[in-house]
Amino acid sequence: MKARFLVPLALFFALAGFLAFGLTLNPREVPSPLIDKPAPAFRLARLDAPETTFALEEMRGQVWLLNVWASWCVACRQEHPVLVRMAQQKLVPIVGLNYKEVRGDGAIDARKMAPEKENALAIERARRWLGDHGDPYALSVLDVDGRVGIDFGVYGVPETFLIDSAGRIRYKHIGPITPEGFRDVILPRIEEVLRAG
Amino acid sequence: MKPRSKRLMLVGGGVALLFAAVALVLSAFQQNLVFFHTPTEVAEGKAPTGKTFRIGGLVEDGSIKREADGLTVRFAITDTAKVIPVAYRGTLPDLFKEGKGAVVQGTLEDDGLFRASEVLAKHDENYMPPEAAHALEQAHKAGATVSQ
Amino acid sequence: MIPELGHFALVLALMLALVQAIVPMVGASRNRLALMAVGRPAAQGQFFFVAFAFACLTWAFVTSDFSVQYVAMHSNTATPMYYRITGVWGSHEGSLLLWALVLALWTVAVTVFSRHLPEAFLARVLGVLGWVSVGFLAFMLVTSNPFERLLPGAAEGRDLNPLLQDPGMIIHPPLLYMGYVGFSVAFSFAIAALLSGRMDAAWARWSRPWTTVAWVFLTAGIAVGSGWAYYELGWGGWWFWDPVENASFMPWLLGTALIHSLAVTEKRGAFRSWTVLLAIGAFSLSLLGTFLVRSGVITSVHAFATDPQRGLFILALLVIVIGGSLLLYAWRAPKLAGGGSFSFVSRETALLGNNVLLAVASASVLLGTLYPLFLDALDLGKLSVGPPYFEAVFVPLMTPVVVLMAFAPFLRWKNDTLGPVVRRVAPAFVASLVIGVGTAFAIDHVSVRTVLGLSLAAWVVLASLQLLGTRLRERAGVSLAGRLRGIPSAWWGMWLAHFGIGIFIIGVTLVGSLNQNIDVKMKNGQHADLAGYNFVFRGVRDVAGPNYDAARATIEVSRGGIAIATLQPEKRLYRAQGMPMTEAALDIGPFRDVYVSLGEQVEDDSWLVSLYYKPFISWIWLGCTLMALGGIFAASDRRYRRLAERAAPSAAAQQVA
Repeated sequence: MKARFLVPLALFFALAGFLAFGLTLNPREVPSPLIDKPAPAFRLARLDAPETTFALEEMRGQVWLLNVWASWCVACRQEHPVLVRMAQQKLVPIVGLNYKEVRGDGAIDARKMAPEKENALAIERARRWLGDHGDPYALSVLDVDGRVGIDFGVYGVPETFLIDSAGRIRYKHIGPITPEGFRDVILPRIEEVLRAG
Repeated sequence: MKPRSKRLMLVGGGVALLFAAVALVLSAFQQNLVFFHTPTEVAEGKAPTGKTFRIGGLVEDGSIKREADGLTVRFAITDTAKVIPVAYRGTLPDLFKEGKGAVVQGTLEDDGLFRASEVLAKHDENYMPPEAAHALEQAHKAGATVSQ
Repeated sequence: MIPELGHFALVLALMLALVQAIVPMVGASRNRLALMAVGRPAAQGQFFFVAFAFACLTWAFVTSDFSVQYVAMHSNTATPMYYRITGVWGSHEGSLLLWALVLALWTVAVTVFSRHLPEAFLARVLGVLGWVSVGFLAFMLVTSNPFERLLPGAAEGRDLNPLLQDPGMIIHPPLLYMGYVGFSVAFSFAIAALLSGRMDAAWARWSRPWTTVAWVFLTAGIAVGSGWAYYELGWGGWWFWDPVENASFMPWLLGTALIHSLAVTEKRGAFRSWTVLLAIGAFSLSLLGTFLVRSGVITSVHAFATDPQRGLFILALLVIVIGGSLLLYAWRAPKLAGGGSFSFVSRETALLGNNVLLAVASASVLLGTLYPLFLDALDLGKLSVGPPYFEAVFVPLMTPVVVLMAFAPFLRWKNDTLGPVVRRVAPAFVASLVIGVGTAFAIDHVSVRTVLGLSLAAWVVLASLQLLGTRLRERAGVSLAGRLRGIPSAWWGMWLAHFGIGIFIIGVTLVGSLNQNIDVKMKNGQHADLAGYNFVFRGVRDVAGPNYDAARATIEVSRGGIAIATLQPEKRLYRAQGMPMTEAALDIGPFRDVYVSLGEQVEDDSWLVSLYYKPFISWIWLGCTLMALGGIFAASDRRYRRLAERAAPSAAAQQVA
């Protein structure tokens, strides 16, 4: 007779089990198909000197982070101080991939805009933003049309990729990097990759 | 009535009710679940024709076109691997934009056109609907290269 | 400085919550009055500090202190003052703070209105409330500190989500939270009763007004939320069965069951363990709702761009609170069996039937809400459970509830004979079927849904009127005014709330059946017709709001040549987030709403316009208002006010006490 009073408890624990499992389904934890694969090659204009370009190969031999950002991205502002602090520690260089600076912004209808004008606007907006919030990047490149972002499988900004000296993606972080996330997840991985050479 | 038979009736009634409710839920599930397919699955013919389902992905750049009546919109949904043409009649949500994530619900016609009865766009500027993100993830897993 | 003070106040509040959680509990178990007495001042102090923290956050919003991250994310110097203040609870951290504030407020209310409670019992109630508060304050301080600094401060804020910049959002969250959190009082009364083994009619009577008031707030909160969705989301729907809505509806269903079950426990001493289970369940579903909305399990983690740590914390909190109380229930509830006996035909049986149906309905909503998650967890594919599922399950489950609801008040407690009662209400029952079918034919919309809805509504209204008539005839020889005065306000509360359900069903049925809508392309001077109304488009002009730019259309509505309204729907673009928003315009009437929303510009001078005709839609909220009013009447019954510590009136209850 007494067992029936345990029924609600049992039901609840079954539910809680599912909810706990649901939490682990967090897309952040799903390994990206690009993990341990060579990072997609790109050559893009530099933000500081748009007439010159930067290519992925130039980082060969170094362990580095590729951080996808945009000035319209709210969460980027949230993670930015973490990046700035990271840059001060001079652990690994951070390259910024400025993603769809103009056309990603819902306020602007980029379809009606000439490509040169979109480029110029992107440079102006991105520089102003870095001026306001500090520039943690060794350099930033402009992915105005978002093509490189798509190659990297970016589906939300910000995202951060850890790339090893052989040019392979070793880790992908989706969403803003929190101080805890940096300390507990990203830093250990960087150290691991650095140790492995 | 004796307490015992009263109890039996109450318990019996409760059990009958529970069974009825379970049957109700199951039949409602059977008829009303809306499954989700990625554009790749639809292109491979894995999605049913004539049954309502959802597709998620990006609205392809340059694909939005209005028909002469001004009300019917045609656009394409892509997971970067495959592209599915969509027709929809009505007003689009505020955040529906080319190059952004969207989810459409409707039926697939025999000629491969997806007739949407509902278009859902994301609620937030930076992130996409989970189903759209899922479709992109799947396409990447399959090793698709960008078809743009 | 002010944000740091707020943060510090939260820490102090957590300390006091710990004191409130531990000391009175120890006092109650050791029977030490001095320790028990600590509960009241600790709870009041805790309220002071939480309110102080809340004021600090509000101050940061009012002064646009963008060095506070939360303010920078959800406010802007151009945001109007009232939306700066409501921006405080516009997102995760602030709404948690509101949660904590509301909990502290309810706790203080318990300390003020509980002089008649035995000290030990009150000590345990405050202790349980203290533990809940500890959980939430710790959650806030560990994972979601609203006072987190953003250094260096932002020059300008991101502004509040435009969807939330609406008068409905000013009152919706506070009302909803008052309801959600209010169930914590019923919950802690139940836990205190389990702990002390005191679970008699007096316990039920103490719980009842608290539960009813919480239910009133929840009803009002849900109604305001649905009204907000109706005019703010721009396509005239009033309920979407979306997970966030379901999260508030499930506790409402169980709370409704709880109110009725408490009535039986108070009057007849029966259903004790069931009542306790419902009290635990209603609060658990409130917590679960918080989990679903706040952890992002349902809406995808991407919609909720934060660390999964939060989800884990809330889940742990859920397991401790719900798991712990259900364990306590399994241990103590078997001793509660017994209570007043009743025969198969009695008001108790009718109420039990409704209770079970409401619980099953609540479970089916829970299942529909979580089913996509289950399938995803088992890797069986992604899918969505939409409104058709909920309607297919909900309507058949609620139909017997509504039939029984109007019938039960005719039954006597304990024992009745079915024949005479059925004969009494049979005319009303037959008449309502006739009215249902007849009206469906009259409005030329004969479908199962329409006939069923109209018949049910007619049944509720007719049976309620008959019940009132019966009640008024009871005391022959007394003047009508005297008879009216003789009816206790609790009875009026029941009557009004049930009547409100009838009104609500009329609204739902008619708007579902007769609703009309067209999308048209319009340019200056063009007109369109819908449901006998004529709409003339008078062009669009640009206007600038405080923090948005809008295209504002002017549409003249007339019927039969008589001007009715000039509506000005807008398409807004909020500057800070660059987010477009549709702002619909309505002409609200007692028997219909005319609803217009502006779509996009298709050619230089043509716009898409959606026109809606929504008959009887205001009756939905009129019904909800009557329900809430009924709850207020019920809770303000005289006998709660002159409630002194008394022996339980029924002999059956005394056996156990």
